[in-house]
Amino acid sequence: MASQEIEALASALARLPGLGPRSARRAVLWLIKRRESALPQLLAALDTVRQNLVECRTCGNVDTTDPCGICADPRRDARALCVVEDVADLWALDRARLFTGRYHVLGGRLSALEGVRPEDLTIARLLERVQAGGIDEVVLAMNATLEGQTTAHYIAERLEDLPVRVTQLAHGLPVGGELDYMDEGTLAQALRARRPV
Amino acid sequence: MPLTRLTLRDFRNHAATRLDGLAMFNVLVGENGAGKTNVLEALSLLAPGRGLRRAQPAEMAARHGDGSFAVAVEMEHGEVVLGTHTQPAAPGRRLVRINGALGPAARLAEWLSLTWLTPAMDRLFAESAGNRRRFLDRLVLARLPGHAQTSARYENALRERNRLLADDREPDPAWLEALESQLAETGAAIAAARADLVADLGAVLETLPEQPFARPSLAYASDTPIDAEALRAALRQGRRRDRAAGRTLTGPHRDDLAVRLAAKDAPAADCSTGEQKAMLIAIVLAHAQLTAGPRPRLLLLDEIAAHLDPLRRAALYERLAASGAQVWMTGTEPAPFAEIAGEAALWHVHDGVVTR
Repeated sequence: MASQEIEALASALARLPGLGPRSARRAVLWLIKRRESALPQLLAALDTVRQNLVECRTCGNVDTTDPCGICADPRRDARALCVVEDVADLWALDRARLFTGRYHVLGGRLSALEGVRPEDLTIARLLERVQAGGIDEVVLAMNATLEGQTTAHYIAERLEDLPVRVTQLAHGLPVGGELDYMDEGTLAQALRARRPV
Repeated sequence: MPLTRLTLRDFRNHAATRLDGLAMFNVLVGENGAGKTNVLEALSLLAPGRGLRRAQPAEMAARHGDGSFAVAVEMEHGEVVLGTHTQPAAPGRRLVRINGALGPAARLAEWLSLTWLTPAMDRLFAESAGNRRRFLDRLVLARLPGHAQTSARYENALRERNRLLADDREPDPAWLEALESQLAETGAAIAAARADLVADLGAVLETLPEQPFARPSLAYASDTPIDAEALRAALRQGRRRDRAAGRTLTGPHRDDLAVRLAAKDAPAADCSTGEQKAMLIAIVLAHAQLTAGPRPRLLLLDEIAAHLDPLRRAALYERLAASGAQVWMTGTEPAPFAEIAGEAALWHVHDGVVTR
């Protein structure tokens, strides 16, 4: 039986997404073995995060400054706004550096069953941003899940009367995908969204 | 030959069962509780879904094993191997293996088309509409593998809408609108797929004589608009009513398969038990004819021959032989299968042990 201290650390780590009790104990053991080398680095990194990271009050991104690096970057196109569910989605999109505009993080997706309502997301703040003017296009980059698409529909509906172009990420064939491996739902969607070449 | 070998390990009362040299007709004979239906259940796991008993994976593992089970079949003399199993550490999670590689269960439908008839379905026409919808959806799924995904998305959106309507607060109209547009898209696709199948089955049944199997006439009893825009409008109009009812009253989840005995033009539920069974057989046979294609087909008929008179039995065997499907039947004694003794593989099942 491990000591109370070790159990406490393991149960704290077990709560991390994707870890669970078994992997947490393995991680604890790894850290104990390297408590002189790796542990101080980890502690320092964790402390920096705790002290310096803030949520951007404009877009909801997490950064060391508020407004965040993206919102403050003058080279970014202020007229284009990309709406995502979570910070992880923002990072995924920005890793590719394909989108040159700014972002808006909703902080989740609408779900009646899980009790996530419009007021629990940053939708009101999004409307304020658009109403303030200077934005030509809002790109809805929600997940292709039922909840994600419901959220996208909802936001499109709320933006309807505002002078802004609302677009949505395309759904269909993934790049490099082979037709005969696609499920029918994906194929049907790809066919619906076909376009002239 | 669709399947050439079946192997069960720790599956219900079968510790280690192997059936080699399968025929187009496979007859399992044994006393009650010997494990005949368990063999059919094992085969039914080779279609996407929960199998013919709708059991949880953990329930299917043998009581005296390590908590896991495995089912495997060989096709084309070992060229293709399909299997499904659980592991001792995770008895609740059933995995599917196709030619040695793990994959999604939905992929099984690309290899085999499976249909079954069990005594539990005898009351199908008298039961709640939910069971008939499930029966109909399984028939649709046999030719349209994507139907499962569409249905799951629909159910999901339906639960969301019902929750929203049941809330004390007035539901947000934009939120309802967002859910309804997805309900409309998936719901119309579901209704269309079911209506198509019922029409096609009807066309096959039309060509059959009234006898010896009571010929049913089918209709898809539906108020669901097959056009997505119309369904969306119907949902929008029904909001107040649905809010009062606490649930959604429009859509394919309210539809039904209406079956009538053609000769008497009487609802199936009012017909005799024998007539109901005969109509069920007719539907399954028509479906087997409809889904004839490159994929091997399996028909699992539990306890079916004993309830038919000799004339109908002979007709059943004739149609089964003509269907091109591999047929699996069970019975408590060999006598009702005498007519096909020459071409059938007869398996004796006793206490979870199968011998030829």
